[in-house]
Amino acid sequence: MAANPMTQFEVYRIGPEIKVGAFDISFTNASLFMVISSLAILIIFNLGSKKNSILPNKIQLLAELSYSFVSKMISDTAGSKAKPYFSFIFSLFMFVLFCNMFGMIPYTFTVTSHIIVTFVLAAFIFIGVTIIGFAKHGLGYLKLFVPSGVPIVLLPLIVIIEIISYLSRPISLSVRLFANMMAGHTMMKVFGGFVISLGIIGGWLPLSFSVALTGLEILVAFLQAYVFAILTCIYLNDALNLHH
Amino acid sequence: MIKKIFFQSIFFNFFIYKDVFGAESGGMPQLNPEFWISQIFWLTLTFGILYFVLSKLILPKISGNLELRRSQIQENIEAAEKQRKDSETKLQEFDEIIKKSKIEAKNIFKVAKDEALKDINLKKETLDKQIDQEIQKAEAEINALKENAPEKINKIAIETSSELVKTLIGADVNSSSISAIVDDLSKRNGGKYYDN
Repeated sequence: MAANPMTQFEVYRIGPEIKVGAFDISFTNASLFMVISSLAILIIFNLGSKKNSILPNKIQLLAELSYSFVSKMISDTAGSKAKPYFSFIFSLFMFVLFCNMFGMIPYTFTVTSHIIVTFVLAAFIFIGVTIIGFAKHGLGYLKLFVPSGVPIVLLPLIVIIEIISYLSRPISLSVRLFANMMAGHTMMKVFGGFVISLGIIGGWLPLSFSVALTGLEILVAFLQAYVFAILTCIYLNDALNLHH
Repeated sequence: MIKKIFFQSIFFNFFIYKDVFGAESGGMPQLNPEFWISQIFWLTLTFGILYFVLSKLILPKISGNLELRRSQIQENIEAAEKQRKDSETKLQEFDEIIKKSKIEAKNIFKVAKDEALKDINLKKETLDKQIDQEIQKAEAEINALKENAPEKINKIAIETSSELVKTLIGADVNSSSISAIVDDLSKRNGGKYYDN
């Protein structure tokens, strides 16, 4: 069972089967790690914001550095108008980051390696950004699809390309995160399998590769959370400040 | 390169374990929709709670803490700036006081010097006067002595010559005749001895 690199992505029920109408909403291992990630975030940031001393302790420093990191990221990419959405982007970044990072612990489950999870997040962002765009600019938001300074002959083609690229945003956003996490974890599992199959003599090479991959995957876990959050900021920027 | 290794590894794995994919029928578990609804439900629930608690309780506290620290640091910087300015003005005052006192000291020195010089001059003058007076007195005495000297000499000359005459010739000579001779001589030769 351990040999198949895809078994680590299997979702299974923990506890009883819960059904609401026709829908199965049982508590699964995926749900467990969603809860663990959220709880970890809440505990860390609650501890980090409890005491306010002029010289912060380590956990307070961690919370405040994350706060200013996300705050700077938003103000750099989407400007000051994006301030009301700070909490959402902060939660999103932290949730994805913690899910990715918890997935790096052996025998855990990576929530973000499932297309349905990332797609729900991306679709929510896409719909939200579209609603914000139409609410701010009315039908003027459609100007997003008509770039200025394009020859009239090319305009129909450009508009079609723009619309396709806009509509593919949730897909690219969700597949990017999901594919990165799945590929990384599969690769680690495969190299882990090599260590066993090549034994004590030949197993050292894949083992060292596996160690290096762990470092790479931790980097990817952070980077993908960052990319997810920053792309959300960029989409938000398109909706808030119409540039085209 | 990593991609190549990835695909190669899957390929070789297939050779090593013949039952790798044979045991599974579905392939990717991600595409099995059995627990999709459950995942969506739990994602919405956990992320919703996370967002709610973070945005309502925790993030305002952190931003408040940051703001408080910033304002406190700002206040401290302002206080430090104020104290620096204060010390600068005090330093200037100190410099001015030193300058003033230097000038005062110079003035005092000048006045004292002037007074001392005046005193010295005064004393010098009185001393000069005294010296002059004494010189004049001495000169007067000398002059008096000078004036009396010929008469005395004449007298002595008369006496000695009368006595000389007496012892030489043993006869009294009229003193008046001797004095006439002496006077005559002194009048003739006086210029030699008393030519001032």
